[in-house]
Amino acid sequence: MKSRALQPESFLITREPYYEAQGEEISLFEKAYRNLIPVLLKGPTGCGKTRFMEHMAWRLQRPLITVSCHDDLTASDLVGRYLITADQTVWMDGPLAQAVRCGGICYLDEIVEARKDTTVVIHPLADDRRLLPIEKTGEVLAAPAEFGLAISYNPGYQSVLKDLKQSTRQRFVALEFHYPSPDLEQKIVDHESGVGAERAAKLVRFAAMTRNLKGSGLEEGASTRLLVHAAKLMVSGVSAPYACQSAIAQALTDDPEMIAAINELSRSLF
Amino acid sequence: MTATGDTGDTQRALSAAMLEDRLDEMLDAVLSIRRSTATAAAALAGLARADQDYACHWIEVIAKTNPELAYHFASHVTAAITRMRREDSDAWIIEAMDTYDKLGLYPAVAVLADAESFAAVRDGQARTATLEASAPMLELFLQGLSGRKLKLAPSERLYTDTTTLFLPARLAVLPTRDANRMLYKIMATHLWAQGWFGTFRGDPRALRAEWERYAEPERAAQLFCALETIRLDACLERELPGLYRELRTLRTEVPAAWKEACAPLAKKGASVDDTHQAVAALYGGALPVAPVYQGIIDVDAVVQAMGERIQQERAALQNALAKLAGGQSHTPPPDARFTVSEEPGPQGEVQLMLDGQLLAAPPDVQNLLQSIFQDLGGIPDEYLVAAGDGGYAPDNEKRAEDVWKGTYHEDGAFLYNEWDHRREHYRKDWCVLRELDVHPVHDAFVRETLRKYAGLSARLRKTFEALRGENAVQRRRKNGDDIDFDALVDALADLKSGRELGDRLFLRSRRIARNIAVMLMVDMSGSTKGWINDAERESLVLLSEALEILGDRYAIYGFSGTTRKRCELYRVKEFAEPYTDLVRARISGIRPQDYTRMGVAIRHLCKRLDQVDARTKLLITLSDGKPDDYDGYRGEYGIEDTRQALLEAKRSGIHAFCITIDHDARAYLPHMYGPANYVLIDDVRKLPLKISDIYRHLTS
Ligand SMILES: Nc1ncnc2c1ncn2[C@@H]1O[C@H](COP(=O)(O)OP(=O)(O)OP(=O)(O)O)[C@@H](O)[C@H]1O
Ligand SMILES: [Mg+2]
Repeated sequence: MKSRALQPESFLITREPYYEAQGEEISLFEKAYRNLIPVLLKGPTGCGKTRFMEHMAWRLQRPLITVSCHDDLTASDLVGRYLITADQTVWMDGPLAQAVRCGGICYLDEIVEARKDTTVVIHPLADDRRLLPIEKTGEVLAAPAEFGLAISYNPGYQSVLKDLKQSTRQRFVALEFHYPSPDLEQKIVDHESGVGAERAAKLVRFAAMTRNLKGSGLEEGASTRLLVHAAKLMVSGVSAPYACQSAIAQALTDDPEMIAAINELSRSLF
Repeated sequence: MTATGDTGDTQRALSAAMLEDRLDEMLDAVLSIRRSTATAAAALAGLARADQDYACHWIEVIAKTNPELAYHFASHVTAAITRMRREDSDAWIIEAMDTYDKLGLYPAVAVLADAESFAAVRDGQARTATLEASAPMLELFLQGLSGRKLKLAPSERLYTDTTTLFLPARLAVLPTRDANRMLYKIMATHLWAQGWFGTFRGDPRALRAEWERYAEPERAAQLFCALETIRLDACLERELPGLYRELRTLRTEVPAAWKEACAPLAKKGASVDDTHQAVAALYGGALPVAPVYQGIIDVDAVVQAMGERIQQERAALQNALAKLAGGQSHTPPPDARFTVSEEPGPQGEVQLMLDGQLLAAPPDVQNLLQSIFQDLGGIPDEYLVAAGDGGYAPDNEKRAEDVWKGTYHEDGAFLYNEWDHRREHYRKDWCVLRELDVHPVHDAFVRETLRKYAGLSARLRKTFEALRGENAVQRRRKNGDDIDFDALVDALADLKSGRELGDRLFLRSRRIARNIAVMLMVDMSGSTKGWINDAERESLVLLSEALEILGDRYAIYGFSGTTRKRCELYRVKEFAEPYTDLVRARISGIRPQDYTRMGVAIRHLCKRLDQVDARTKLLITLSDGKPDDYDGYRGEYGIEDTRQALLEAKRSGIHAFCITIDHDARAYLPHMYGPANYVLIDDVRKLPLKISDIYRHLTS
């Protein structure tokens, strides 16, 4: 039995990921990391959580290992499993074990999507024990000081079947994300797409209009991500209203009346 | 007569002679030597074959009713179908037949003879846009523009009171329906612009005062409207250039003599004062033609609506500030000082400060500030004083205790605590609650509801069936439909490393057994009388149908009562009870009763839910707003007790979800429902349409 070596360098981010801070989140994350406290990122979709993690991993010079959680994710998918090769079995670390071994930062995206019995494997790792027991091999990994754990969660969900357990959430320092303030968001959209300040400002204004409709038929307004998408289409020559319609309106809802209203809003701006 | 075997032949137009033969055959009964079908046939011969067939078909049909009518039809039909689109000529024929049925031959012949005016009316209809059809999209559009919800209502006059925009019920001014729809949008945006760009800012009565300085105030008012339109057009050009491109096509020429006086109106930052100055400069001259989208200004309506809103918002803001400053206790420290920054924020928004520090206001507070700013042009200092609503006066406990004695040991009564937020503790056994039965009413209500929403029902059935049938793959089963390769690989690995071969190697797909129990708690207070009660009952019918498909267990109770000693819950359906005709009759029998004491109802129904064994327990409340009872259960007291009851529910593992029917998103809702999720339905008629979707969303 031999374990396959992992090349953590491959997860190292070498170029600075572009990130505009919304507030104190960078220094707070650093402090939590230095104090060995795991972090919970809350916020609506597409507001920069993943980008923030990439940026922090680069800043702290640690490999970043991201797992997108889904409802079929088992504990072995996180911790690891045996594989068979020609005539022997090989233990293969899962992403969480990899991160613990190499002192990386493990980011579990959309943690509520994972099954509850999967979520609990992070419990001993997320409190001051900082241990990851690997049942299959009988090993107990102790996380080095460099190891960091972060999870993300979108509280906008209304389904009662998808809520984060208290025993999970109370292990984390929480960072709340919102959509960036208008001038910041304009800068981001422009930087990510090269669409130019004027059209970026209009897109941001348009986003505010859709956010005004949250709760009145829209579950969520347009995210920064959608603005970047629309801006990129515009840079490639798609007309502004058509870019807004396909990248934003259609992505937000299927309700024809709502789509009509959103299209009118974008047409009135451009 | 026609060659059916050859398709080429059926395409070719019939000749006049052939047509005359056919018409003679169909109209034989009313023909004579002096009356032939030659003219009609000659005209028809000029038409395409499809039109000829269409005409002949109808001649035949009408002849069966009355050959004389058919004869007249034959002589007008060519002109009519050349003039009208097919759907319009259909309508013209139906109209003539209807007239014949109701009024007899001669009026019907008159309809046929006057195809031209029928066509003209239809043309008008074809280009008419209605407010009813445009309103749903427009309301969303307007809310998107600025966040403040505006209502739309039909009216002969085009104006706004800043809460509602009054627009014509139908528009046919422009040549096509699309153009008239666009006109609706521009009219609405212009009225919105009056509010947003400060036509009424401060005191709207100042407008009238200005006009009254002139010899003819009415003329001054008209001039003001024209000039203000020019100012607002310029604002729209800057802020909504896309919309302005459409608006520009409808603008009227600004008279050359006006150009100079109007120049300042188009500048950025121009205010209503600039408009007043322009009025002063141009008063006395002739007025140009107003553009179609220009409305009028009704100062009294604005004064009234703004007055009400300002009071409401002031109280809401002060309340919200108290909570911001005081945290959980809601009693702000006496020295907490709120201000707004002199400089607006990056988007021109009002920025709230506490003790000189910028404060990130929650969205509801930000909306309030924005709305107040829009009305007043600033936030007056006295609005920034945190204060509770003081609606609560503790009742006379001694007297209450006396009456208490009589009911204490009564059979079938349940006692519940109530939360007193002032003292921060429970009043013990404070409420007496009884369960009663709803009086069943066996009528056509359920049947009619199902018919009314037949389309919706079918759609719901489909989505809910899909939900029920959701398949889940179970891994690592001892037996199943397929091999679980992950498990097999693991097992082989175990085997190779000297352990035992596991036996859980199969995948099994299985329907997820939904294990949900839901309690529906329905407001039966007096304020639900009318629309709301109907909508509640319709919603219950539709939701019950959906729940039956899903197989989720559910119970339905109505709640009402008067005072803490007479809290009542009305049983409509218990968990164990099947959905029978009796239950349907009880739904139909739900009638508005007295007051709304929500806390105790929540507590009792949670106890009922506790007794059910289910993995997920859900309490859905359906109410029309604020908790309210006769004996001091109102204002903050009622809100806090309701909130507390919802917190208790959450602690015992029950998910509460509140559906509120209210026109306005009241400021207290997020706080009261804080521990629960909630949704606001502003138009009660939409409730039946939405409730099943809400439920599906909640539980999938
Ligand atoms: N503060 C920011 N700085 C730089 N880019 C940003 C920022 N916020 C958002 N973005 C842009 O928005 C995009 C979406 O952000 P990201 O993928 O991080 O969202 P997320 O919060 O992880 O969403 P989800 O919850 O859906 O995963 C990024 O790719 C980036 O272009
Ligand atoms: Mg992400």
